[in-house]
Amino acid sequence: MPSTRCEDGPDAGTAGAAASDRIYLLGLADDALIASHRLSEWVARAPDLEEDIALANIALDLLGQARMLLGYAGELTDPVLTEDDLAYLRPADEFRNAVLVERPNGDFAVTIVRLLLLAAYQYELYAGLRTAADARLAAIAAKSVKEVAYHRDHARLWTLRLGSGTAESRRRMETALAAEWPWFCALLGDDRADRSCRHWVAEVLGTATLELPEDRVATPSGRDGVHTPDLDAILAEMREVTAAHPGATW
Amino acid sequence: MSAAEIRERVAAVLDPELPMVTIADLGILRAVEVDGGAATVRITPTYAGCPAMEAIADDIVAALAPMPVRVEVVLAPAWTTDWITAAGRAALDAAGIAPPGPVAQVSLELAVRCPNCGSLETRELSRFSSTACKALRVCTTCREPFDQVKPL
Ligand SMILES: [Zn+2]
Repeated sequence: MPSTRCEDGPDAGTAGAAASDRIYLLGLADDALIASHRLSEWVARAPDLEEDIALANIALDLLGQARMLLGYAGELTDPVLTEDDLAYLRPADEFRNAVLVERPNGDFAVTIVRLLLLAAYQYELYAGLRTAADARLAAIAAKSVKEVAYHRDHARLWTLRLGSGTAESRRRMETALAAEWPWFCALLGDDRADRSCRHWVAEVLGTATLELPEDRVATPSGRDGVHTPDLDAILAEMREVTAAHPGATW
Repeated sequence: MSAAEIRERVAAVLDPELPMVTIADLGILRAVEVDGGAATVRITPTYAGCPAMEAIADDIVAALAPMPVRVEVVLAPAWTTDWITAAGRAALDAAGIAPPGPVAQVSLELAVRCPNCGSLETRELSRFSSTACKALRVCTTCREPFDQVKPL
């Protein structure tokens, strides 16, 4: 990969700030990386060809975002690490992704609900970060928010179709929402971005005639490095080739 | 090679996924700097996950060989389909790919013209198509499906 740089140059700040920025970047990066991997599990299994291609494209966008963020986080690590070091060699308890994205896929409704919640969350976050003082992060956010807007709308359209579709599609959406909502609550605080994220999701669910689940916070959130065993499983699969052929390039 | 010739050669490199359009017409070529016997070329990805960036970098190096070339990927400002030139839009249309409409500041659906028969009666089949930058549409007049580079 050619070197990536921001036209204004990175601003890592002091060492202490760099460490906390790094943890923050890893949260964003790992959400994108793990969600990308789970979405790519749908390839050749989606309900129809168009959806197969859509989920693969969304997974590819998320992988690209993860690479930009991991590359930056790696540069803030002492000693400096590459995006591959962070993706393939980092212990699971140093992953900062939300548990929302690491659990195994269920049916298509589960995937759509997770995508709706994740994209709504990422959209507000990236929209806010476009004006971050850190020029490199602002550039990544400005790039990502445009892609996430498409993901969010894709999930919205499916939510409308499934929510007001058949009794079966509705039942599946209700089950998925009840299961995913506490993991979504675990991610949200009470700042402006989180409030507008909740507001947007509530509006979509309302239009889809789906009831807004009651707030309940699941633990762990994943942000502090504590995860479910499902993360170990997905990382083992993701690392099968690098584990069998350490240091190989192609 | 003169600086002008270097710029011309880089600008003429084709996009591997939309090979009817040059990287200059696609708006992903951001700068060509010549310093003595070496060149620095800056490109920007269409989408974050664009898998073609490495191939494009290789093609730029090959276009200027044996001159030493440094290819840098810049992220800011983020690429937009508004940067596709008139020549690029014409080349897409001629190849059966509908060019993107202007990026809307407010949410509005503009009619997309069928590149096959010219009809404005087309509808979206899928927001995502064969590559990240395209949507799949179908013409309700001639019934032909076609790709559109979607506004970003
Ligand atoms: Zn037509």
